[in-house]
Amino acid sequence: MRISASLLVGGLLSAMFIVAALVSYLWTPYDVEKMAVVARLKPPGAEFWFGTDHFGRDIFSMVMVGARTSIAVALVAVGIGAVFGVPLGLLAAANRGAWYDELIMRFNDLVFAFPALLLAILFTATLGPGAVNAILAIGIFNIPVFARLARGAALSLWTREYIMAARAAGKRSARISAEHILPNILNLLIVQATIQFSLAILAEAGLSYLGLGAQPPIPSWGRMLSEAQTMIYVAPWFAIFPGLAIVLTVLGLNLMGDGLRDWLDPKLRRAR
Amino acid sequence: MTAFLLQRAFTLALTLLAATVAIFLLLEVVPGDPALTMMGMNADPAAVEALREQLGLNAPLVERYLTWMADMLRGDFGTSYTYKTPVTELVLERLVVTLPLTIYALTLSTLIAIPAGIAAAARRNSPADLTIMGITQIGIAVPNFWFAMLLVILFASVLQMFQAGGFPGWDAGFWAAMKSLTLPAIALALPQAAILTRIMRSSLLDAMGEDYVRTARAKGLTRAQALRRHALRNALIPVLTIIGMQFSFLITGAIIIENVFFLPGLGRLVFQGVAQRDLIVVKSVIVLMVFAVVIVTLLVDMAYAIVDPRLREGRR
Repeated sequence: MRISASLLVGGLLSAMFIVAALVSYLWTPYDVEKMAVVARLKPPGAEFWFGTDHFGRDIFSMVMVGARTSIAVALVAVGIGAVFGVPLGLLAAANRGAWYDELIMRFNDLVFAFPALLLAILFTATLGPGAVNAILAIGIFNIPVFARLARGAALSLWTREYIMAARAAGKRSARISAEHILPNILNLLIVQATIQFSLAILAEAGLSYLGLGAQPPIPSWGRMLSEAQTMIYVAPWFAIFPGLAIVLTVLGLNLMGDGLRDWLDPKLRRAR
Repeated sequence: MTAFLLQRAFTLALTLLAATVAIFLLLEVVPGDPALTMMGMNADPAAVEALREQLGLNAPLVERYLTWMADMLRGDFGTSYTYKTPVTELVLERLVVTLPLTIYALTLSTLIAIPAGIAAAARRNSPADLTIMGITQIGIAVPNFWFAMLLVILFASVLQMFQAGGFPGWDAGFWAAMKSLTLPAIALALPQAAILTRIMRSSLLDAMGEDYVRTARAKGLTRAQALRRHALRNALIPVLTIIGMQFSFLITGAIIIENVFFLPGLGRLVFQGVAQRDLIVVKSVIVLMVFAVVIVTLLVDMAYAIVDPRLREGRR
């Protein structure tokens, strides 16, 4: 199978940020918590690649550490969506038309009809800002996405002959779901997870921009941007680099999702 | 048709009901006593207690919810703790910023996306198509508030063509007000336009693959003619739905964008309400926003059912 350009570019971009996040645990060019008055608001150059902020902190190092926050929040939020959503979707599909199928689907409709960001803001604003509440707020909106996808994909499999054979062999529907349905819809779920991951990174950035995400001293791209906004005329680089990090990560994940979809299942290839 | 709309209206009414319950419960678990916040930490406990009674904070949960709902149905959204003015007044005064901003952005997004999507689909895989698709791929990845900051750097700082923020009010003249909404509207619109362009393109490409287009080609129409006369109208149906859905993204996006540009709109009102623990304001504005989104969804469903008879039957 040929690896497409979008899978390659997307994979490389995503890998770059994962590596940056991991490396930041061991090494950053400068200490992100150390403030240096003499190095305040230095433009990008050989000494500070991305320049420094109003406390003289190195922006390159902060972007590296910020990658950790973004990735961790997005990973757990999408994890919550998949861990709760997929079993719910499988359960609904296995017993199509049962009362809980209806209940799960109607609940999904409800969550879908809410403007997600609005309730995420409400959620973090009332329960208190912080990484954990941001994760929960983003995670809840991922549940129906995975439930709906898993249900739809599983429904079409339940009519297949090999599923009927498994049924005839006396396997219970929960076991069929786990042993036969799940492996066959895994590709689809992985592709969706990549897309949800990129959306979660955007959502986290938005919440922490509003001051509702990870709190200081944990560096996060969104909060760096809100700090940068106050000095946008004096230090535009402070606003540019964290934003560029968000864009490249999200772009990388989206390209990787597109590429993965084509690579894992050519049948799913969309009309382009 | 009527049955379809009734069913949709019923679902949406349930959605609204669930939304109010969720918002109410969420705000109930907030730590902090609104009466205490309002009167200050050093207030006389007896006075605070009297205020609690007056605000109805001592009533049981269910009663408080029902009172809140009944008041809202009568158009009474309560009085803001901090502004000491009726929330209805506050909302109306902020709506003249948020509503034009949302409509401005929706118009921009549609005006950009539909021609761009058609151009891309008409010359599939051409350099123009690939360029448009590349730009939209980036557009989807750009957070609107960061894009807003780039606009400020370029147009306010470097070119000095626009103010970096603020709103002079409609009294300052229509054009002055529109000018101050222009950068925010662009920031809101472009990421949405990227999504809409992709939908327009793929929807048109799908339509071009249909049998009726082949028939049109067989009777001698060129590809461009078939596209214009037959495919385009059908392709616009899903685009209409997405435009409706984008209303909800725009209204929530406005919360962030209004904060970037210091626009005195609903988004900033909610945000300040959260910061000042002015729960009445927060509750009411969020309910109103959800209400607006639900109504727009219903309107889109209606338009959809009028345009496409196939969808009047039950859908899942």
